Amino acid sequence: MTTSPILEVRQVTKSFGAVDVLKGIDFEVIPGTVTALVGDNGAGKSTLIKGLAGIQPFDSGEVTFEGVKVNLNEPRDAADLGIEVVYQDLALCDNLDIVQNMFLGREVKRGIPLDEADMESRAGETLKSLSVRTVKSLRQKVSSLSGGQRQTVAIARAVLWNNKVVILDEPTAALGVAQTEQVLNLVRRLGEQGLGVVIISHNLQDVFEVADYIYVLYLGTMVVRLKREDTNPSEVVEYITGGKTNNAGSNGDLV
Amino acid sequence: MSTPMKTSARDVEDMVKSGDVTIIQRITRVQALQIVLVLFVIVILFSILAPDSFLTVFNLRSIMMNTAIFAVLGVGATFVIITAGIDLSIGSVLVFSSVISAQVMGNLGAEGWTTSLIGLGAALLAGGAWGWLNGFLVAKAKVPAFIVTLGTLGAALGLAQVITGGIDLYEIPVVMVDTVGFGNLFGELPNLVVIAAVVVLLGGVLLHMTRFGLLTYAIGSNPEACRRVGVKVDRHLIWVYIISGVTAGMAGWLSIAFFQQTTMGGNSMTALTVIAGVVIGGTSLFGGIGTIFGTVIGLLIPVVLQAGFIIIGVESYWQGVVIGIFLVAAVYIDGVRRDRAVRGSGRKPGRLQVGGVQLGTQQKEGK
Ligand SMILES: Nc1ncnc2c1ncn2[C@@H]1O[C@H](COP(=O)(O)OP(=O)(O)OP(=O)(O)O)[C@@H](O)[C@H]1O
Ligand SMILES: [Mg+2]
Repeated sequence: MTTSPILEVRQVTKSFGAVDVLKGIDFEVIPGTVTALVGDNGAGKSTLIKGLAGIQPFDSGEVTFEGVKVNLNEPRDAADLGIEVVYQDLALCDNLDIVQNMFLGREVKRGIPLDEADMESRAGETLKSLSVRTVKSLRQKVSSLSGGQRQTVAIARAVLWNNKVVILDEPTAALGVAQTEQVLNLVRRLGEQGLGVVIISHNLQDVFEVADYIYVLYLGTMVVRLKREDTNPSEVVEYITGGKTNNAGSNGDLV
Repeated sequence: MSTPMKTSARDVEDMVKSGDVTIIQRITRVQALQIVLVLFVIVILFSILAPDSFLTVFNLRSIMMNTAIFAVLGVGATFVIITAGIDLSIGSVLVFSSVISAQVMGNLGAEGWTTSLIGLGAALLAGGAWGWLNGFLVAKAKVPAFIVTLGTLGAALGLAQVITGGIDLYEIPVVMVDTVGFGNLFGELPNLVVIAAVVVLLGGVLLHMTRFGLLTYAIGSNPEACRRVGVKVDRHLIWVYIISGVTAGMAGWLSIAFFQQTTMGGNSMTALTVIAGVVIGGTSLFGGIGTIFGTVIGLLIPVVLQAGFIIIGVESYWQGVVIGIFLVAAVYIDGVRRDRAVRGSGRKPGRLQVGGVQLGTQQKEGK
């Protein structure tokens, strides 16, 4: 594929005190593809994502979106560009219902009061377009949903806003087999709809099922970018565990 | 309820169509209904025990009068508690605002409507200022609300006493006492109750129908989630405490109209009474749950008990005992409800897996 990347990250760094969590990362997302980001616990995956979301701005480095250099200093910045993150901890409000969660921070008003009917029908349409059929009522509180349903709501929230890049941090970590399959289908569908999709996962089976590109992060350094069809799980495992570093003989690009 | 329901595509359409969720449905979903039943039972009980004297216009009037000022305070307290905060200072802020208001009106000659309304403005402003201070310290300085408002509870009362030298003020415009304190609408409906009802109604609309209200629930539910979608959480919290201060100011003004004086010594239990009412009314101290309607019912219960006990000749001290039991029961029920509701949350980062088999990963995690 020769489409140019929608999101490009160059040499970003992030430290917490004396700890360098990201040590000059390069990363890119191509529209209409699914990019997997893998790495061991603490490699810095979530930190990279939080930088892109504007909730933990990078210390240095450059981010370009659709070819233009952008600043991501707060969540609004990312949201305005059309970058949406589905967090590892989901960040849903348990006491609110599905519609309220999907519209959180971007409520639709009719004058002063909220336009409940409009929000509800748009939420319903979005869920339908994603072929979601497992929720009983849109007015169900999120606390009463299963893990997979919660994940679905979080993803649907990202889709609702016609975003261009959707980033999912371990969307299948807490799910059973059937629900994992559903979420992966959803991820694939997002890619087919032309979005740039990033998925973080520890489950390489999932990764190989949906991803077009695989990036491996090792202790704050991006070690390799692989095309799915050019690699295999055991090679990826070697990169993840530091057993293989990027040099001659690898299938991946140097990053 | 533990199995996720599979539904057909038609159900999805039904679900999408069900766009008309009424405000009534939303309110009953928050389970304030049980407490209405409790109030109902209490009323029935007293009506049976004292058929001639309990359900009289006179008695109902005095019940409403005695609830009115608490209800105004309850509006602000409900907002604060829904954010998982607490405002212990409302009784003292009431006193402080009434002192400022009485002082201002006294200086203007303590006569006429203009003076009374300027007094109202002064009370609201004084209350709002304390609310802002509370909110600022909670949201920006990150001092726990319990401590902040315990501090302002002492400070507001102390300053009120400093200003007056500890002597209550009595110079209140006569029109204000006659109309606001003791006037009636349609012959029988106390103006005090009408004013309180308007405040309650406005509070209810703000909480249940606007973006501000929704965000109040959202912040009480998960402030981090709100921050991530760009909600200005700190600013919102400050506004919530300002509302609590302003309603306390309003209550201060109503209170001097009703008692025809400031009441510096009479409000040490006010905050606790109101908070108890809010909690009995179904608002959760853990945040994210509650209604203004429930608060009004929760505040009516102690007043009704008091009135009923007096009529049937039980020592009214028992009211305190019964309310104590209600309060603990309300918090217990809330806890049970929460335990039942929590599932699927609390996720941990996963481990490296290939083909569903977890691989051993080095470092971290063990800590
Ligand atoms: N706010 C913070 N303050 C200090 N250290 C942090 C902070 N956030 C993350 N870290 C550290 O940064 C490192 C990378 O964390 P990060 O959450 O990005 O890892 P991850 O790759 O997402 O791991 P996992 O697979 O466990 O989710 C860890 O060592 C973590 O302890
Ligand atoms: Mg992570």
